[in-house]
Amino acid sequence: MQHHLILRVVTKLLCGAIILYAFYVQFHGDYSPGGGFQAGVIMAVAFIAYGVVFGLDAVQKVLPAWVVHKLAALGVLVYSMTGVVSLFLGYAFLDYGAFSPHHPSHGQHWGILAVELGVGITVTGVMVTIYYAFASRIPRITDEEW
Amino acid sequence: MLVATALTVVRTSSLFSIVMLSGVFSLLSALLLVSMDAVDVAFTEAAVGAGISTVLMLGTLALTSRMEKPSRRSPAIPLFVVTVTGAVLIYGTLDMPNFGDPNAPAQTHVAPDYLQQSVHDVDVPNVVTAILASYRGFDTLGETAVVFTAGIAVLLLISGLRRRRDEDDEEERKDT
Repeated sequence: MQHHLILRVVTKLLCGAIILYAFYVQFHGDYSPGGGFQAGVIMAVAFIAYGVVFGLDAVQKVLPAWVVHKLAALGVLVYSMTGVVSLFLGYAFLDYGAFSPHHPSHGQHWGILAVELGVGITVTGVMVTIYYAFASRIPRITDEEW
Repeated sequence: MLVATALTVVRTSSLFSIVMLSGVFSLLSALLLVSMDAVDVAFTEAAVGAGISTVLMLGTLALTSRMEKPSRRSPAIPLFVVTVTGAVLIYGTLDMPNFGDPNAPAQTHVAPDYLQQSVHDVDVPNVVTAILASYRGFDTLGETAVVFTAGIAVLLLISGLRRRRDEDDEEERKDT
């Protein structure tokens, strides 16, 4: 899509806004609709949109495939480590009260933040992984075909 | 509008417009979910259904042909199966409680406890987040693991195939 000037400019403008919105959904999930899953998907959409317009090579310069694969695993690790840490603090697995014993609700906030972050990282990683896997098999499409 | 979109999907044979229309279908069902006050679900539907699946379907489309193959079998048996299944499903909805019925089984089991206790226990205004991440933390951990496994599976299936083909090419080159 080399000569689609409007598409390229609009995508460049939108990518930043989409990523910002993903962070908003991620960290504001306690107060507004959305959470880790939705934020992860929105974050992935930013990279996928960039990849669709500028090509797979351009987006893989920003976010190489091996980083994405590690991200997908890192999210599950963050989630389960939250549970393991609460185990070591002497509470049940994933009992967020462990993170601030005097204010259980603060502990809940921290715990929810941590696990939602884990969910978000995994979903971003997996969605971008799937997109890379599909897109890397596609022969380059000429503009006339569309 | 949902029904009209679905019927158009059935009638058209251009796969490209079918993919686009299924995106439209997802967006419309997201609107339906918003009007039923399920904002979290609508959010997911709009982002995954209308956004990512459309891109992935287009990616798959680029690997296959652009038009649907004309089917040679008679549509009578599939039509019969679909009609019977649809009739059974509609018959099943007759027993379901009305939308928003306070005495429905889903509203009387643990939902009141969650709604009343979550402000005290978790102190998070969004009850959906409180239930997902705190009360149902194990389930969400399982879901995250499922998403991760799905990603690994796609990676193994698709990228593994490509690598093997490259190796085959190299072997052929060695043979010649």
